[in-house]
Amino acid sequence: MSEPAFTLKATGRLRRRQLVNQGMGALAVGAALLAVSVLAIVVISVGSRGAGSLNLAFFTQNQAQGFNPKGGGVLFAIVGSLVLVGIATLIALPLGVLVAIYVSELAPSRLARIARMALDITNGIPTIVIGIFVFTILVAAHGQSALAGSIALAIIMLPLIARATEEVLLLVPSSQREASLALGVSRWRTTVQVVVPSALGGILTGTTLAIARVAGETAPLLFLTYLGTSSTADANPLHPLQSLTLVIFSYSDQADPAYQSKAWAAAFVLMCFVLFTSLAAKLALARYRKKLGG
Amino acid sequence: MENSHVNTKSVLERTRGRLDRIGDPALKVITFAAAALAVTVLGLIAIELARGSRLAFHRFGLGFVTSQTWDVVHNQFGALSLIAGTAVTAVLAIVIATPLAIAIALFLTELAPKPVRALLGALVEMLAAIPSVILGLWGILVLGPFVQNQLEPFLNSTLGFLPFFRGPTSPTGILTATLILTIMVVPIVASVTRELFTTVSPELREGALALGATRWEMVRGVLLPAARPGILAAVALGFGRAVGEAMAVLMVIGGQIGIHLSVFSHSDTLAARIAGQYNGSSTNLQTSSLVYLATILLVISLAVNIGAQLLIKPIDRRPRRRRIALDRALEAQGLSAD
Amino acid sequence: MEAIKTKIEVTEKERLPVVGEREAVFEARDLAVYYGHQRAIDGVNLDIYQRLITAIIGPSGCGKSTFLRTLNRMNDLVPTASLTGQLRYRGIDLYGPGVDAVEVRRRVGMVFQKPNPFHSSIYDNVAYGLRILGMKRDLGERVEKALRAAALWDEVKDRLKDSALGLSGGQQQRLCIARAIAVEPEVVLFDEPASALDPISTSAIEDLMHELKRDYTLVIVTHNMQQAARVADMTAFFGLEVNADGSRHGVLVEYDETEKIFTNPSDKRTEGYVTGRFG
Repeated sequence: MSEPAFTLKATGRLRRRQLVNQGMGALAVGAALLAVSVLAIVVISVGSRGAGSLNLAFFTQNQAQGFNPKGGGVLFAIVGSLVLVGIATLIALPLGVLVAIYVSELAPSRLARIARMALDITNGIPTIVIGIFVFTILVAAHGQSALAGSIALAIIMLPLIARATEEVLLLVPSSQREASLALGVSRWRTTVQVVVPSALGGILTGTTLAIARVAGETAPLLFLTYLGTSSTADANPLHPLQSLTLVIFSYSDQADPAYQSKAWAAAFVLMCFVLFTSLAAKLALARYRKKLGG
Repeated sequence: MENSHVNTKSVLERTRGRLDRIGDPALKVITFAAAALAVTVLGLIAIELARGSRLAFHRFGLGFVTSQTWDVVHNQFGALSLIAGTAVTAVLAIVIATPLAIAIALFLTELAPKPVRALLGALVEMLAAIPSVILGLWGILVLGPFVQNQLEPFLNSTLGFLPFFRGPTSPTGILTATLILTIMVVPIVASVTRELFTTVSPELREGALALGATRWEMVRGVLLPAARPGILAAVALGFGRAVGEAMAVLMVIGGQIGIHLSVFSHSDTLAARIAGQYNGSSTNLQTSSLVYLATILLVISLAVNIGAQLLIKPIDRRPRRRRIALDRALEAQGLSAD
Repeated sequence: MEAIKTKIEVTEKERLPVVGEREAVFEARDLAVYYGHQRAIDGVNLDIYQRLITAIIGPSGCGKSTFLRTLNRMNDLVPTASLTGQLRYRGIDLYGPGVDAVEVRRRVGMVFQKPNPFHSSIYDNVAYGLRILGMKRDLGERVEKALRAAALWDEVKDRLKDSALGLSGGQQQRLCIARAIAVEPEVVLFDEPASALDPISTSAIEDLMHELKRDYTLVIVTHNMQQAARVADMTAFFGLEVNADGSRHGVLVEYDETEKIFTNPSDKRTEGYVTGRFG
């Protein structure tokens, strides 16, 4: 029987199936290329239009006075953004870690589930709604301020930090907890002095991701700190400070190309910050997870 | 020797006792308070929004939801036009984004060689990280002209027999807004779906392939059905994002009331209208109406969010591995809307 | 390689015809498999005969599964896998140009160590392969036939639409067998098919294999020597050889009729393994 009476090559129906298979594969590759292209287009658009307008003045000067906006910069917005995000982090980080400790270590499962669900739901609330909320409880009575903006940003950050912290807390091997408890160290000391420090890396990267997220927020700030351009780099959180995002928004509205180019420049700076921070944090997180055997 | 040992021990016991007696319950109280605060804030949001809408609710009742009017001059407001705009843009965006996202996820998990996988995955996630105001800026100044000068004329000439592709072209409108929303939604659905695919066991895949199935047949017959609840949850999350997006939509949708069939037409959404008019609101009634809009928006996004959670539930019963992967993917999205 | 097809007479011993009179379904010559630069198995020379049960035994790490997977080109799924030597299936070079792996897998089916039913109904699990291949005529009957052949029909005939995940481990494995034979392969490979099952299910599977032998060629990888002795007609013993750098790879040590391997092996290493002195 030296001549095989059959073949293992693709014929007839199989050939058609293989063609379909290849076609689908091509579609998948196409979709991925499309996504990457769009990213490239957006980044290059912003980069090419924005990078050119960047100069030292942009970073160090405030809005120029008078009708000619050619000079000047957005220092006030940069300072404002730093204050807004900084205070928000000061509020959300400790709260987030505390909530995560409660949910992962101390709470009975029923309460833990309720807390987790509340956090997940808060995560899904449109940020503009959060802006309205903070407006009605704070600004209606006391006027606009960066603090109000920070509170709104903190509400947005809280679920992110809590979830990230909970995840790394769970990754800390229980052997560490058990060893500490076996030595006679109390429950709270174990948590605060053993578990949390172990998870610190993950907590920091989670916080960094949350920072990258809210640094780009505009909607909640619209009513809470919106003022206009400023000729002074105010850093008082009780005043309504500007943010880089609000500047982009308000300049984008103007027909004057000088404003538009500033908008692009601000967009470029913001985009670089957000993308770079997100990427670095995600890399760190992945490495951290691998280390803890996640 | 004995003496100092006993001394140290009792000193330790004394200080330890004091601190620890309050330490454990103190930590419990503090962390409970933090958690309670988080839950309370959620409740407060609902309550405050309801309170803010009260004026408009007394004036218009539930008819607000079915009225298309938004007349600042005559102080007559209704949400229907905005609900329609929200629905149209969000649904269109999801319809376009979902197949794209699934295709991307499939590419990343089934086709891409290992080094490409990580790089491309990161790039897709970068797309999700772009702040919406920047996408809005890009939308007005770059995408808008393209839509007006190339895309809409093209659609008109090829598909103009349909009422959806008629009318004057414009850089802003439903089409531009939908495209921007699609760009935002694709990475969300793709990332979550991709994580989902990695949790489907390789044995399941091998089982299909060993039967003599092509890769695509394995995907269609085994992988996608196994991942289906997760994919639905991912879609729900993407939908929630699209519904809640304010800034980018505000910048590119044209801000007009009225329900039209054509995607070239200007429109408005709940989130965009609130963002656009709240600061300049001239009357208490208008402000209250805007808060009423926010309440409707809250209800919709809650419904979508809770729906997504319910879809994730069956996954929770599956191996822990899948739940963690899903959690990670969700967290990676830092999901919310601007 | 010439092969004369002979009609096999079943004696009361049921087992063995003269090996030389059977057609060789697979012929391996100097087969070696590498994962990247790492050699997994080497020097494999054997023929697998039609409608016999061939068992592959050996200590862990000796490449039994690796060898099994070369038979249905499942190693293709590992990007770094490569092989040298020759492997012929019914005279055709299995790794030759133009050979479509999908076609190979249709003819050479596989049942895995852990039951891996699809997340669909019992019926759809069995029908999956049939639908793909376009064997949609009399779908219901083919499904029934496969389930009967896998000795599962009576237990599931009233609940074909139920989820396959609701079956017990042993039932799921039989479902996987039904699924594999529904597409009418010529060979069925078993990769430690009962190691994840309880003893009763295991013995059910072994009985099933005796039945399947009538229509299919079976190749089984097992770490359980008693199972090989109970079930197999031919047995191949893979051993471990140490490389110059200290790493190890698998080699075919001895291949013969099962009775001989277990009662009077030719190679000292085989003797050591089957008498339990090592591995």
